[in-house]
This record gives sequence, C-alpha cells and structure tokens, in this order.
Amino acid sequence: MIKILQYSFSDLTRSRWNYFYFAFYFLTGIVLLFLNDDLSKAVITFINIIIVLTPLIGTLFGIMYFYHSREFTELLLAQPIRRSTIFLGQFFGLSLSLSASFALGLGIPFILYGILFSTEIFNFLMLIVTGVFLTFIFVSLSFNIALDNENRIRGFAFAVLLWLFLAVIYDGLFLLFLVAFNEYPLDKFALLASTFNPIDLSRILILLKLDISALLGYTGAVFQNFFGTGLGLFISLIVLLLWSVLPVLRMLHKLKSKDF
Amino acid sequence: MIEFQNTFKKFGKLSVFEDLNLSIPSSGGIVAVLGPNGSGKTTLIKSILGMVVPDQGSIFFDGKKIQNEWEYRNEINYLPQIATFPGNLTVHELIEMVKDLRLKTANEKELIHKFKLAPFLDKKLSILSGGTKQKVNIVLTFMFESRMLILDEPSTGLDPISLIQLKNLILEEKKKGKTILFTTHIMSLAEEISDEIIFLLEGKIHFRGTIGQIFEKTSQNNLESSIAKILEEEE
Repeated sequence: MIKILQYSFSDLTRSRWNYFYFAFYFLTGIVLLFLNDDLSKAVITFINIIIVLTPLIGTLFGIMYFYHSREFTELLLAQPIRRSTIFLGQFFGLSLSLSASFALGLGIPFILYGILFSTEIFNFLMLIVTGVFLTFIFVSLSFNIALDNENRIRGFAFAVLLWLFLAVIYDGLFLLFLVAFNEYPLDKFALLASTFNPIDLSRILILLKLDISALLGYTGAVFQNFFGTGLGLFISLIVLLLWSVLPVLRMLHKLKSKDF
Repeated sequence: MIEFQNTFKKFGKLSVFEDLNLSIPSSGGIVAVLGPNGSGKTTLIKSILGMVVPDQGSIFFDGKKIQNEWEYRNEINYLPQIATFPGNLTVHELIEMVKDLRLKTANEKELIHKFKLAPFLDKKLSILSGGTKQKVNIVLTFMFESRMLILDEPSTGLDPISLIQLKNLILEEKKKGKTILFTTHIMSLAEEISDEIIFLLEGKIHFRGTIGQIFEKTSQNNLESSIAKILEEEE
C-alpha cells in the first residue's frame, strides 16, 4: 500500500491544482494575519473558510481523482496487488497530499506570525486537525459516490449535492426544526443532530474551544457543557474518527464485488 | 490452465455470459478471441484477471479459484485496451513504478530500443500521442517474463512498423513456450499469428478450433469470410 500511496502522492504533489490550493491558504493566511494583526479574529475567519472549503475541495478532488485515474487503476488491478491495497493507497495518497497543502499553506503564515509563542496555539492546532479530518472524510465519501456511479456526470452531481447538503442545507433544516419545535426542550436533539454532520460537528468543536459559546445562549451553554469538557472533546473526536473510518470500510466492502 | 465453470455475468439487464464453460490450457501457443463489439471479449479477459467478478460460477487459474486472490496475477502480463496513465509521471517513472510493484526482473531496455521510445523517456505521459502511449503500454506488458500474456486489442493506434514489431514480439514469446491470449478486430492479424481461435457471439462460444478447422467448417479460404459466414448462419 505504501508504494501506491507514494506514487499517488508524488503524482498529486506535482499537480497544478494542489499548488493553487496551497497558494490560496498561504496568501489568505498572510493577508488576514499581517493586515488584520489580530490572531483570534484570524482564527475565527479561518474557521468559516475551512469548514466550507476543505469539504468542498476534498469532495471535488476525490471524485475527479477517482474518475481520472480509472484507467490507471485498471492497470494496477491487473498487477499482482490486492484490490484494497490499490484503493487505500490512492485514498491516503490523495487525502494526505490535500492535507499537506492545507496544513502547510495555513501553517507557514501562522508560524511566521509567531503562533508558536502565542496562547492561541491550541486553537490553531484544533483548526488544522479539524481541517485534516474533514479532508479525509470528504475524500472517502466522494470515493464511495464514485464507486457507486459509473456515470461520471451523475457521480459528480451527487458529490457536489452531498457537500451542499452537509455544508448548507443541513443547517437550514436544522434551524427550521428548532424554530418549529421551539416549545420543546431541544438541547439533546440539537446535540445529537450536530454529530450526524461532520461539518457542524467540526464547527461547534472549534467555536466552543474559542470560548465564544456565551454568544450562543442556553443551547450554547448545553453545548459548552458537553463539548467543552474533556469527555465531550474526546467523544467528538471519536465521532469524527468514525466519520472517517466508516466510509472507508464501506468502500472496501463495495470493492469486493465491483467490476472494472 | 484457465477454466471457466458455469459462469454467469450480467451488466444491469444485459446478460454477457450465460453458463459459460471454457478452458484454456497454458501449454503454449497463441489463442485469438474474436467476435463483434459487445460479444464479451473484454469481459472474458477481465474475468480472468479478476477485474470483473462473475455473478455465478467460478474461474480457476491452475486449479485454484481466483476470487479475491491476487498472487496468481504474477503469472500474467496484461495489455489493456485503452492506455491512460497518471499524466504527471514521466514514461521512465511509470516503467520504474511498475517494475517496483511487480518485483520481477524486467528487460525494458531492449523494448524501449525496439519501439524507439528513448526520446520520450523523460516526457510526461499526458503529452504523449495515442500511438506512443500504446507503445509504452506494450513495453510495460512485455518487459516481464510470465507464463501467460493477455492482450486486449494490442494493435490499436500502432503504425505499420510498430505493428510488425509487435507481431514479432508475440511470435518470440510463443517460441519461449508461453501462452498468449489476445482479442482483435483485425482478422488478418488473427489469421497470421494465431494457433487457435475462439469465436464469441453474445457471450457464447460459437466456434473453437484451429484456422484450418474454421476454413473447413465454413468452406471458405480466409478468416474474414469464415467469420462472416458464421454470423450469417446465426441470423
């Protein structure tokens, strides 16, 4: 698997798009940090960017990479290599190269600004960890969609819709639900519902780490009670881990009976 | 020895194999798989490689079931129909990579020379023409010593000189006692080099035998008209 991973990784690190992705974070980081000169504001701005962008890029790259390397995958499938090895290698190759662009693109400006000697270091690390998690999760989700859809246009559309649903529509429905049933105690429900969406989960996780939960009122207090504690953090990270592992397991299962 | 036992395969509603039984001995020789588009040639080949999984029945390689197995592919060199490689790698890197994956000794240098690929070694695969890609594909397939070669439309996109090179290459491999299984649309190629023909129509074997036998059966004197005759009789 390591070999396939290496080749996917080195193939991707030479792709122009990966550099764009890196450059985007790098430049935005420089601009936001050095022009604004406020570390915590920059971190908050980056939450909003990362929460939307890492899943989108993971989804788009995932689905494009899968379809694009289809014939090459066929070449590999004819070699004496296990099927699961090939796809795990490609999955980790892609996820790691995207994560590297993201972490380096964002990390370098923050380190230049002096994050290492600042109190915000933990929040910054939280930002990176969540971004990496979201990348892995959405790459594996899009690999699953690509495996299920032979038709590339349809696969692409499903992948973008999935992103749209989790990044935008889910929140809308969530809000509607809260408004419609606001006479009932909904804190448990809200807590549960947010774990079903990795984007929401990541957002809440970082927001609460930033100690701005007071702005969120009573529900915020409930969330703070849950997510703010060591146990809450632990459980959320476990759920994020499940979000990363389960799609990969489904992919491996699906692969056994897939025709190429 | 490759063996299909009561194999069924459907793609959606389209049934490709219905109770296919076939055995191909690996005692050396060239076997051509012929048939019109959609007759199941590529599916047959991909089933042997484990890329297509049959719905029912089993496929055996040297008496061992191939499902979820992978080691047996060490014995097979495969040339796919369409060659598309990761665009960012160079030809040289791709060859090194496949060598690295197979862990077998390879004689790529001779083949690179034969197909005049030396000027392209440091070029990225994305800028190569279709014919050059096919030559790279051929080098990747023929550079290892394996008992069996499976070639899916090997002549696609080749210029006449390279086609002759390819033919010679196949014949050389045969001399070494290898089994070569290939599909083609070009009847003259099949007629020229193959020892045995398998004619597929809608996933069923309609003829299997030597060139002489098909001529005799259809009372024709070339492969093209023999095949046409079988097709006419079908209708």
